[in-house]
Amino acid sequence: MAFKFTEENLARIEKARKKYPTALAAVMDTIYIAQEQNGYISTEVMEEIANVLGIDKVNVLSVVTFYTMYHTKPMGKYHVQVCTNVSCMLRGAYEIWDRVKEKLGIDNMEVTPDEKFSLEEVECMGACGYAPMIAINEDYYENLTKEKVEEILESLK
Amino acid sequence: MERIVLPEIPNLNQIEVYLSNGGFEAAKKAFCQTPDEIIDQVKKSGLRGRGGAAFLTGLKWSFMPKTTNLPKYLCINGDESEPGSFKDRQIFEDNPFQLIEGAIITCYAIGAKVAYLYIRGEYHKWIKLMQKAIDTAYEKGYLGEKMKSTFGTDFSCDLYIHKGAGAYICGEESSLMNSIEGHRGYPRVKPPFPAQKGLWGCPTTINNVETITNVPPIISKGWEWFSKIGAPKHPGTLLYGISGHVNKPGVYEYPTGMLLTELIYDIAGGVPGNKKIKCVIPGGSSMPPLRGDKLEGVRMDAESLKEAGSAVGTAGIMVMDEDTNLLKVLIRIAHFYHHESCGQCTPCREGTGWMEKTLHRILEGHGTSKDLDLLISVANNIEGNTICALGDAAAWPVKFMIERFRDEFETYVKKDVSIPVPNKVHSMRNTAVPLADIYK
Repeated sequence: MAFKFTEENLARIEKARKKYPTALAAVMDTIYIAQEQNGYISTEVMEEIANVLGIDKVNVLSVVTFYTMYHTKPMGKYHVQVCTNVSCMLRGAYEIWDRVKEKLGIDNMEVTPDEKFSLEEVECMGACGYAPMIAINEDYYENLTKEKVEEILESLK
Repeated sequence: MERIVLPEIPNLNQIEVYLSNGGFEAAKKAFCQTPDEIIDQVKKSGLRGRGGAAFLTGLKWSFMPKTTNLPKYLCINGDESEPGSFKDRQIFEDNPFQLIEGAIITCYAIGAKVAYLYIRGEYHKWIKLMQKAIDTAYEKGYLGEKMKSTFGTDFSCDLYIHKGAGAYICGEESSLMNSIEGHRGYPRVKPPFPAQKGLWGCPTTINNVETITNVPPIISKGWEWFSKIGAPKHPGTLLYGISGHVNKPGVYEYPTGMLLTELIYDIAGGVPGNKKIKCVIPGGSSMPPLRGDKLEGVRMDAESLKEAGSAVGTAGIMVMDEDTNLLKVLIRIAHFYHHESCGQCTPCREGTGWMEKTLHRILEGHGTSKDLDLLISVANNIEGNTICALGDAAAWPVKFMIERFRDEFETYVKKDVSIPVPNKVHSMRNTAVPLADIYK
């Protein structure tokens, strides 16, 4: 089925469009809105974004494939992001990473069979002073221990 | 100690509290003066950019053309992706209105009608907080058309948030502009500099969030007051983000030029278990690391750190204790730059990958002493040969970590190895390692 934006989202795109002198500049906001509605960015979604903004499809594709926060494949309901960069690593991020992997039974950029969880090893999230940390969808969980991570994941299962 | 960027006032993120503590008075004062007078005051205050390069802010503003028919833009860089720095989110959370006021004054000084605040996409929570603050400012008449009657001036400006989407490179100013324009975050060749040709080919100034937040107090309390705080050549305060092996990690605002040892031991509570410090990266992962036994007397300002062989960067201090495996740290850093290289310039795109692979070879126990020289040579061939500073940022940690901790890195590699070299005439012969090994 072809992808169409909801009326409400079309209004949000229009609002984003007004921030900039060109339609192309609203592409990042629009991709976010599309991802929120559809879960991930498929070719059809990219076509619709191009249609709505009146820009070339290739512009949408080039942006979607450049930034790591846009997903071209379906992700889990809970997208678990573990930071393993230096500050987190020094405070045990890899132990957290291993525990999350073990708990969910999936590796980097994989999705659990029930599509509930997906996992990503991410670069610095700007929480270095509160390391180690994970983010689930939009929320940060900081100052973690292996036990706390287990509790958080258990509460979502 | 008086704090400039993050004053100790509870609920300062509520507009009523901000207003009752002298909020938007600096903007009122600014509108009674000419833009040139504002630029002059910021120049005299000695304020330097807080985003990494420590460039003089007033000087940067003065590059904006005075006579042009093109619209001008201000970009505020809150991409904050440098590993080890986590200061801007504190401003979004605790003092958003001072940032907005700073943006208004800066727009007035450089003649911009529109400012874009670029915030990294992962900061969902802080984007929401900041958007709420901006909406409040619009509502109360401190932004947009309404500000004309609030301030009794004919100047008005708009402030919009542009949400990034997970690319470290977008913290580079020209890449940030490409990202706002809706392109991939590729850095641009300079010149032309942003002040000549920036956003959509128009004159643009890009400043860090912390820099802009410093502007209102400079205007309200005067440049003389500001220039007397901290180190004379790098005045003001810094938001020191201390992380890694310390007892009390976090963001602390103190004057520039603080002793690094004082920050680590007195303010951040020292190293857990009273261990010795092996290594400190003073300004985010791109800056050359310092040896733990050479920290005495090193101060956190542009001049002193340059002398010590590093740079102030974003003042994100990463502390590593004596038990840290520096090879693993370096691999993690190399992996980061390999992942984040945008791929435009060959030295950076290929070099960052080679450095990571070579370091992995050492970790797996196949490294030789020559690999260490090879790594330094690759780093030297990246540095200075790329469009933007990510190349340098990728090269410095590798180069300086190996040079300054050669003793430790020698223990990770085999000493006298005579690995047969399969094709000696090949240009890779200097690596003294089978090519198959390199390509694996």
